[in-house]
Amino acid sequence: MAITFTLNGAPTTVDVPPEMPLLWVLRDALELRGAKFGCGLNQCGACTVHVDGEARRSCVLPISRIAGAEVTTIEGLSADGSHPVQVAWKEIDVPQCGYCQAGQIMTASALLARNADPSDAEIDEAMDNVCRCATYLRIRKAVHRSAELMAGARAATATSEQREG
Amino acid sequence: MSTPTRGRRPLSRRHFLQVSTLAGGGLLLGARIDLSGGRAALAAAGDEGVAAALNAYVRITPDGLVTIVAKNPEIGQGVKTMLPMMIAEELDVAWENVRVEQGDLDPVRYPDQSAGGSRATPRDFEPMRRVGAAGRALLVAAAAQRLGVPVDELETEAGVVRHRASGRSVRYGEIASAAAELEAPDLDAVTLKDPSAFTIIGTPVPGVDNHAIVTGQPLFGIDVALPGMKHAVFEKCPVYGGRLVRANLDEVRAEPGVTHVLATEGIGSPDGLRSGVAVVAESWWAAENARRKLRAEWDEGAGASQSSEGFERQAEELAKASPQTMLLRYGDVESALGAAAKTVSASYAYPFLAHATLEPQNCTARWVAEGRDGRLEMWVPTQRPERGRALVAEVLGLAESAIDVHLTRIGGGFGRRLDNDYMVEAAWIAREVGAPVKLLWTREEDTRQDRYRPAGFHFLEAGLDANGRLTAWRNHFVTFGEGERAARGAGFRSFEFPQWFVPSYEAGMSTMPLNLPTGALRAPTANAVSFVMQSFIDELAHAADEDPVAFRLELLDGLQESGGEGALDATRMRGVLELVAEKSGWRSKSLPKGSGMGVAFHYSHRGHFAEVVQATVSRAGELTVDQVWVAGDVGRFIVNPSNAENQVQGAVLDGIGQALGQEITLRGGRVLQRDFRGFPLLRMRQAPPVEVHFLRTDHETTGLGEPSLPPAPPALCNAIFAATGKRVRSLPLSRHDLSWS
Repeated sequence: MAITFTLNGAPTTVDVPPEMPLLWVLRDALELRGAKFGCGLNQCGACTVHVDGEARRSCVLPISRIAGAEVTTIEGLSADGSHPVQVAWKEIDVPQCGYCQAGQIMTASALLARNADPSDAEIDEAMDNVCRCATYLRIRKAVHRSAELMAGARAATATSEQREG
Repeated sequence: MSTPTRGRRPLSRRHFLQVSTLAGGGLLLGARIDLSGGRAALAAAGDEGVAAALNAYVRITPDGLVTIVAKNPEIGQGVKTMLPMMIAEELDVAWENVRVEQGDLDPVRYPDQSAGGSRATPRDFEPMRRVGAAGRALLVAAAAQRLGVPVDELETEAGVVRHRASGRSVRYGEIASAAAELEAPDLDAVTLKDPSAFTIIGTPVPGVDNHAIVTGQPLFGIDVALPGMKHAVFEKCPVYGGRLVRANLDEVRAEPGVTHVLATEGIGSPDGLRSGVAVVAESWWAAENARRKLRAEWDEGAGASQSSEGFERQAEELAKASPQTMLLRYGDVESALGAAAKTVSASYAYPFLAHATLEPQNCTARWVAEGRDGRLEMWVPTQRPERGRALVAEVLGLAESAIDVHLTRIGGGFGRRLDNDYMVEAAWIAREVGAPVKLLWTREEDTRQDRYRPAGFHFLEAGLDANGRLTAWRNHFVTFGEGERAARGAGFRSFEFPQWFVPSYEAGMSTMPLNLPTGALRAPTANAVSFVMQSFIDELAHAADEDPVAFRLELLDGLQESGGEGALDATRMRGVLELVAEKSGWRSKSLPKGSGMGVAFHYSHRGHFAEVVQATVSRAGELTVDQVWVAGDVGRFIVNPSNAENQVQGAVLDGIGQALGQEITLRGGRVLQRDFRGFPLLRMRQAPPVEVHFLRTDHETTGLGEPSLPPAPPALCNAIFAATGKRVRSLPLSRHDLSWS
């Protein structure tokens, strides 16, 4: 069954069984392997991507439900790793094994898009992804740092707009 | 890549350095420093063969870029960053000009390519530095020729050789080709930097793969993709050792996307290929969907009668008798207990644990037929590639030389990937199919077909004199194994504290047969023994009416005789215990009922660690871990402080996660847990702050992947006692009612 959606900004059509989970369409059909398989049961979040701006667990999301949607994967978060969350993750040196981090980053970036300055409690609530290496303390720190970087970028934009205005 | 070697000579049976010119110009440095990892292979190759087979650790190209090969598997312990740091430090290059490449399996070229036992730091710290120092010596010699000045008038910094007197300088890249013409220096004789001049070692260096990780590039075993590759799952009997009787193979073959359905009775020993059914399809999802249609009948074998409850009862029965084996006895425990002012006895138990690596077990294999034989090429996330290759060769009847193994980044090791069962499965399937195949386990299989941390039972008795001093210690350890031989990971080491620190001591062991594979889990044996010993010591401190830190410090003063190789160093342990007491405010803090602090220490993997946990338990019994303080002594240097902190925090939280809710339970020979609901991993909201302090002492620099884990569970349980008066004598905590009034 042909299903069309937008993937990292580009119109994309796949011909796969409608119940095939988005994760496996991404990994095996479209060769985007940034989203990871950890459980296939909506328990760990390693497969997190954005669907219409929301963090979703792609391992339990049938491709049929994606028709017409906008999907962003870790590969599409930025062209070159320059998204503030990616920058903060590198700056804080978050990863150990690194396997969960794409999912963590996608969850964090969706959180920051709706809450520019989350508290520890809000971060803990939103970030339910498993990190088996338990880099949680650095993840929390990196979410705060991402918020700072994004606020800095907004302030810079506002200043330049003022100047231009 | 390189032209025939010049200046190549075996320097000794143990040390070789090879210098050669890169095609296109530049310097290639190969070294073999420690033959312990591949002595047999070397003996077979002979000196000439060895020298010819040497591979590059370091390449310097005319543009000044330095490429360093990381030889060990990266499981998240940071070794891919750390070993190159050691080389780069002595080579004296700027870290931003260093590129790191993962080496493939090659036991002749690289010594001991394994990840386990927190061994990389102590094993490789000096050898890696010597490789770098030899490279620097060559470049300085080449610069001396170029500039026409004596070698001893030259100095180096960040990839540049300088002649201070004349102000002239030359970059490494400009003289790399010239350096390649020179004779290799003697690795034993090269001069190492004075540590006060370190510019890379001791500075926080981010992981070399961080950018690739945060941009989602395919780095892991699961990400391997080959042209024409098929995808496989492999169903095994839910009871270990069970064999396939019959299955609806034809029905599964008819499922969409399925290309092959293969049944096997198994090959070789239980560690070889297990009996089961492989389903191969065009996508993994198709293979897994088809597998769900599989109806297999198994002969479950002897394991089907096993249960965790049964083992508990059996252990209690065994504890009533004398231990089957006496492990260690000194002094007269019986008399000392008789004379004691107070005796305390308690039984402790801990469950089987799974590894639960987030990247499920997987392996990709390609079989290329050559006449009647063939070659295998494998891509695998494994902690022990050399052992894996040997196992595949043995089971499939191939020569090891017919198997090439590429190492991928690994989505978590924790000891699971010291075993290579998935390699055998992938290799067999690939040979049967004759096409590249990626085998990937489901989460359920990963949980139910693990090689588990063994459960264990300790029956303890101790005596205190009128002054509250420990005079006698007796432990009957009931574990799994056959007779005097404990199962893998189920033993008891002859130097575990408080052995040698108590005037009279007995440790005996009884074993129960087990039909379940066991293995090493991060800080093997220590992760369980520490819970028992440090909890019981806490009971004794309270029985003696002494402060738990003061009681432990006193115990550490009581060394009876040297514990020998592997025993803890009481001075170092006192150091970290004092430090953690100070940092945690142990002696000054007063907490309300319901909150408490617990302390524990443990020595393992050459690291001395003491930890304090502060926890709060609500009247209803809800537990919150408030904070953890850690003091560790791993010797002179913290090679990469950023990763060191990350490792310690992660290991401590790993230990807390184990204690909170993890257990593997057997019933009818089957593992009951199947996923992260049944086997819960710690989540962020449960993660307390972990404050890490290192005590730098004048001892060998040692590893950090493991030794900070063992004290965490007992420190937590001791904090719970301080908060509630409830003593936890079995794990996990989720089985206990912690409510108080």
